[in-house]
Amino acid sequence: MPLIITLAARNLLQDRLRFIATVIGIVFSIILVSVQMGLFLSFERMVTTMIDHAPADLWVVSRGTKCFEDPSLLDEHDQARALSVEGVVEAVPVLVGFAPWAVPGGGTTPVFIIGSQTNGPGLHPWHLVDGNADDLSASHAIAIDRTYFGRLGVARIGDSVDIREQSARVAAITNGIRSFTTTPYVFTSLDDAQAYVGTSANKDSYLLVRVKAGADIDGVRGRLLAVLPKVEVLTPGEFRSRSRAFWLFGTGAGAALFAGALLGAIVGTVIIAQTLYSSTKDHLGEFATLRAIGSSSWYIHKVIISQALISAVVGFSVAACIDLIIIETTATTALPIVMTPALTLELFLLTVVMCIASATAAIVRVLRIDPAVAFRQ
Amino acid sequence: MTEPIIEAVDVMQRLGSGAGQVQALKGVSLALDGGELTLVMGPSGSGKTTLLSVLGCLLTPTAGMVRIHGRSILGGQSGGLVKLRRDHIGFVFQSYRLLPTLTAVDNVRLALDVRGESGNTAIARAKNALLTVGLSHKASAFPCALSGGEQQRVAIARAIVGNPSAILADEPTGALDSENGLAIMTILARIARDPRRAVLVITHDPRVLPFADRIIHLEDGRILGEEQPKIRQPFRTPFMPRVVGESLAGN
Repeated sequence: MPLIITLAARNLLQDRLRFIATVIGIVFSIILVSVQMGLFLSFERMVTTMIDHAPADLWVVSRGTKCFEDPSLLDEHDQARALSVEGVVEAVPVLVGFAPWAVPGGGTTPVFIIGSQTNGPGLHPWHLVDGNADDLSASHAIAIDRTYFGRLGVARIGDSVDIREQSARVAAITNGIRSFTTTPYVFTSLDDAQAYVGTSANKDSYLLVRVKAGADIDGVRGRLLAVLPKVEVLTPGEFRSRSRAFWLFGTGAGAALFAGALLGAIVGTVIIAQTLYSSTKDHLGEFATLRAIGSSSWYIHKVIISQALISAVVGFSVAACIDLIIIETTATTALPIVMTPALTLELFLLTVVMCIASATAAIVRVLRIDPAVAFRQ
Repeated sequence: MTEPIIEAVDVMQRLGSGAGQVQALKGVSLALDGGELTLVMGPSGSGKTTLLSVLGCLLTPTAGMVRIHGRSILGGQSGGLVKLRRDHIGFVFQSYRLLPTLTAVDNVRLALDVRGESGNTAIARAKNALLTVGLSHKASAFPCALSGGEQQRVAIARAIVGNPSAILADEPTGALDSENGLAIMTILARIARDPRRAVLVITHDPRVLPFADRIIHLEDGRILGEEQPKIRQPFRTPFMPRVVGESLAGN
């Protein structure tokens, strides 16, 4: 092992309590940052989950739509107009909206209805664990996620409930289709959705447009806008960005998460800087000796940076283990914390940057050291 | 005539600033030749340690000239002084200044590591330096497990491992008992027998006088005089094989 690493490690371990305090500081800081960023990633995924699963090259939405859960109604002739545009293969209507769900045990709870045609492409439920999507073609058939069984007062296929005083029967069950707004999603046919949402027939919220293979998406979009002047035509990517921008930054939720993460990083940096600085101060005599025997400033900086990096690796490893437990624990909850390889790498880099930045004060202190100190008692 | 290893010419050194400023050296001139052990003696505050700092490139003199192997240390950047120190000077401190977290061999190896020498060769050289001071059997010991005399011997091994041309020792026997003090001086005297190496020892300790080739008296920042010791210590002393070790004794 290089002598610098040996020296750095032993300097750290000489005062074990201080080293433990440093590691705890890093661990708390990294866990705070990772939970905040994991939630951010989770939100980011959840707010676009419907857009991600919709078979669309283009979305026709009402002008000013902020997100998937912010629907307005399109003109009832828009579907026919869209289908008349050159390059458009399909324009599948989807109706979404809030509706009151009468809980069998008493009371009501809001649900978010997603209605789509059942005999062709559309926004159908996925991750089905009981029943299948075709079962929704039956009258008043609905699909719900089993995560919401307790809240909705149902437990199995065949259970009956009332939605906006219309009967509904559980025909399919999904697993893991959760809503960012915590309002349960309820999939059903287009006709039943109109009844549950309370709109008149032939009204839709969105058109999922498929274009001819090889067609120029921007060209088709231009032609759609020419015949549908009161709408916006968005690519899935644009709709995703708009939804994320609304939920994460328009509502302040994302900013709060980022602020929490930033706070975690700052607190971590301060804690590590403080402990590294005090460790360096305790070893000033030794650093003076190093200077006296001919070490360059860079050699001493490397010792301090090595101390910072060792702290970073140990702290990050402990934090990563705790993160794994947190991720596992929250995986089946309504608010799972998401960790990706990229985020893990970013967190490690953040830890390293945080620790090296923390070493600055210690390095500045050592720069002022007088090697002649070695001659003093 | 051979060139001195270190030469100081009319060196002045001010320390501090303002009202607290002190003229620590007031025109000191001396030359350290290879193969010589020079003692500098003087009362506290006479400027001994300042002289050591100037000769060891830790301080740049306020006025005058210091040359190492004929090369002036003035006008260089601080990085240049560090390099001169690294390449030519080995220090021995009164309080040993070993790093408590490193073993004896690692403390010695440190002097090579700062020079960029690492790996097995450096370890072998460090162990050899410990053998030279009779401490090869304590290579893995930490300073806290060594006696004062042993720690000072490790410090001497650290000073010589890079093969510097001058060893500057500040009160090397100051913290040691008589037997260990004599053992340390025996080692330094032995090192000083190498004609390519000069040894300068600052001391208050009259017991070390017999080891000197010459004695310089410093007082109030000036050299008062220079003399030869009246009694010379025979190189091989009765305690030497026991304290210094067979390798050095048989060298």
